[in-house]
Amino acid sequence: MNKQMEPQYLIDRYRLMLVIRLHEEALKVLFKQGKIGGTTHLCIGQEAIAAGLIAQLRKDDYIVSTHRGHGHMLAKGGELRPMLAEILGKSTGYCKGKGGSMHIASLEVGNLGANGIVSGGLPIAVGSGLSAKMRGTDQITVVSFGDGASNEGNTHESMNLASLWKLPVVFLFENNRYAVSTEVKCSMAGCDMMKRAAGYDIPSRVVDGNDLEKIHFAGIEIIDFVRSGNGPYLLECDTYRIEGHYYGDAMIYREKEEVDEWRLKDPIGRVEKALLERGVLTEKECREIEAEVRKDVEDAVEYAENSPEPAIESIFEDIFTKEDA
Amino acid sequence: MTKRILTYRQAVAEAMAGEMRRDPTIFLMGEDVGRHGGAFACSKGLVEEFGAERVRDTPICESVIAGAGLGAALTGMRPIVEIMYMDFMAMAMDSIVNQAAKVKYMFGGHAVVPLTIRTAFGAGRGNAAQHSQSLETWFTLIPGLIVVTPSIPYDAKGLLISAIRSNNTVIVIENKLLYGEQGEVPEEDYVVPIGKAAIRREGKDVTLIATSRMCKLGEEAIQVLTEDGIDVEFIDLRTLKPMDMETLAVSIAKTHRVVVVNEGHRTGGFSNEVSARIMDECFSDLDAPVIRVAAEDVPIPYNGKLDAEVIPAVKDIVAGVKQVMS
Repeated sequence: MNKQMEPQYLIDRYRLMLVIRLHEEALKVLFKQGKIGGTTHLCIGQEAIAAGLIAQLRKDDYIVSTHRGHGHMLAKGGELRPMLAEILGKSTGYCKGKGGSMHIASLEVGNLGANGIVSGGLPIAVGSGLSAKMRGTDQITVVSFGDGASNEGNTHESMNLASLWKLPVVFLFENNRYAVSTEVKCSMAGCDMMKRAAGYDIPSRVVDGNDLEKIHFAGIEIIDFVRSGNGPYLLECDTYRIEGHYYGDAMIYREKEEVDEWRLKDPIGRVEKALLERGVLTEKECREIEAEVRKDVEDAVEYAENSPEPAIESIFEDIFTKEDA
Repeated sequence: MTKRILTYRQAVAEAMAGEMRRDPTIFLMGEDVGRHGGAFACSKGLVEEFGAERVRDTPICESVIAGAGLGAALTGMRPIVEIMYMDFMAMAMDSIVNQAAKVKYMFGGHAVVPLTIRTAFGAGRGNAAQHSQSLETWFTLIPGLIVVTPSIPYDAKGLLISAIRSNNTVIVIENKLLYGEQGEVPEEDYVVPIGKAAIRREGKDVTLIATSRMCKLGEEAIQVLTEDGIDVEFIDLRTLKPMDMETLAVSIAKTHRVVVVNEGHRTGGFSNEVSARIMDECFSDLDAPVIRVAAEDVPIPYNGKLDAEVIPAVKDIVAGVKQVMS
């Protein structure tokens, strides 16, 4: 039998996954209303990964995220209000409106940045891992990357160096099957990240990326392994990007049937089913939690919408840090 | 008291060693910086004193060397990373340009990036097209980066100490042909401030502005020009960005004529930026168009005679000054 999470823990993670999902759903509306600049990459369908692994991290651990990073940030302890304010480009956002969806970061939360460059974050994770090791702490870094990044030189160089120096880094490979329009089997020779990890002498495993509990229990072991100074570990989460690469993507590169098939494996639906089957929550209680989360998201949207735009003069601020005297 | 003479490379090593003794969060990483002592012997003796933890030999992976420097800088360390040849910066561009230069701004100011990136540039050694380039404008055009180019041992130490103590990403561009040059270097720690040019010689007829090794050539040119009765005011720019326009403007208000010498290419090289800024800010003081002495728009050839022909030489500087005086 599969291991089961403690009931209260499962409820907490269920709630977190709903926060991520409804945050992303709110962005769809805001995007349609023309309130979001540029483009936004939704993580609908991938919530279990953030909730299963990242939510377990300590506050002083680090994550290095991607362009599809809202879930990572929320799971690491990011708050809805400054998240949404940032995505609407407001001065109350995590980055004072200068970063936006693709650059949400907070050193306080331990997020060294979402990243607009595919694979751009992996070297940074090597550095934060090195830093933790040199400073003699037991902080770890979880760096997320996708099937698109799996073929970038940065990914390979980073795995090599992290392994060589036995750095406390979890390589979190979120295989969501598509790099923009290119399916993983058309981009990744061998389609086997574990073999690649083995090539760098990094232990690894694959889990169902839509199964919260599987990720959670794998995460406990992996985090312990990495935190104990055994060097890096690679966790592959096989999942699916339900939305397009960006919101509004026409998705002509895949069949509707394929998407529908994956909708049946919805990670939140699975957790909800477990909660009901185990008698942890009733249907009514699930809806109550959902309504509470929806209210929190609505409150954050309202906060973001009512927040001031950054001052024009701020364009010249935050380029350099003031030097010590 | 006799002056203490060191080579430029010894000055670089002394700056790093002194800073590493002072602050345990400072460390050096790069290709062959440990036992080998660096491709240009700039970290000779460091691994013996500080150990392999703080003087870290890396694999050949410039993008991760620079990016890991950033990650470490964001999380409490003060890394010095060495990119062996400036040409190899091409392999590290994302980590420097899209990441290190941008994080503070993208994060709304709450990131602090005390990162020093040292590299070596320049032609004149028969290193050919992939080991000889002057690519400083790749970095000066990026907001968020500070770029310094020491030309003498004193500045090689003092500017590097400033870079290491800076809370920002500083690209320190050293010159391969200057590493063996000797000059006065005090033993104590001192800083040469970032953003301050140096007036190496006062004169009244023409302002000669040079960077890095072109300063050495400039000095040789001045000997010739002095014999010809031309009184040159000579400025070593030292920091390319932020550029010390104040010092330039005062000089130009006095001499009204300017020659800029930089080893970068004629198209897009740093002499263009100096010239454009002077045009913007000092046009009314000019009696003649700014003359730029720059490298030809060709890759650096291997053959020594050809290489010498491509990059500025003393005769080119002399000719440039005579042209602006005519």
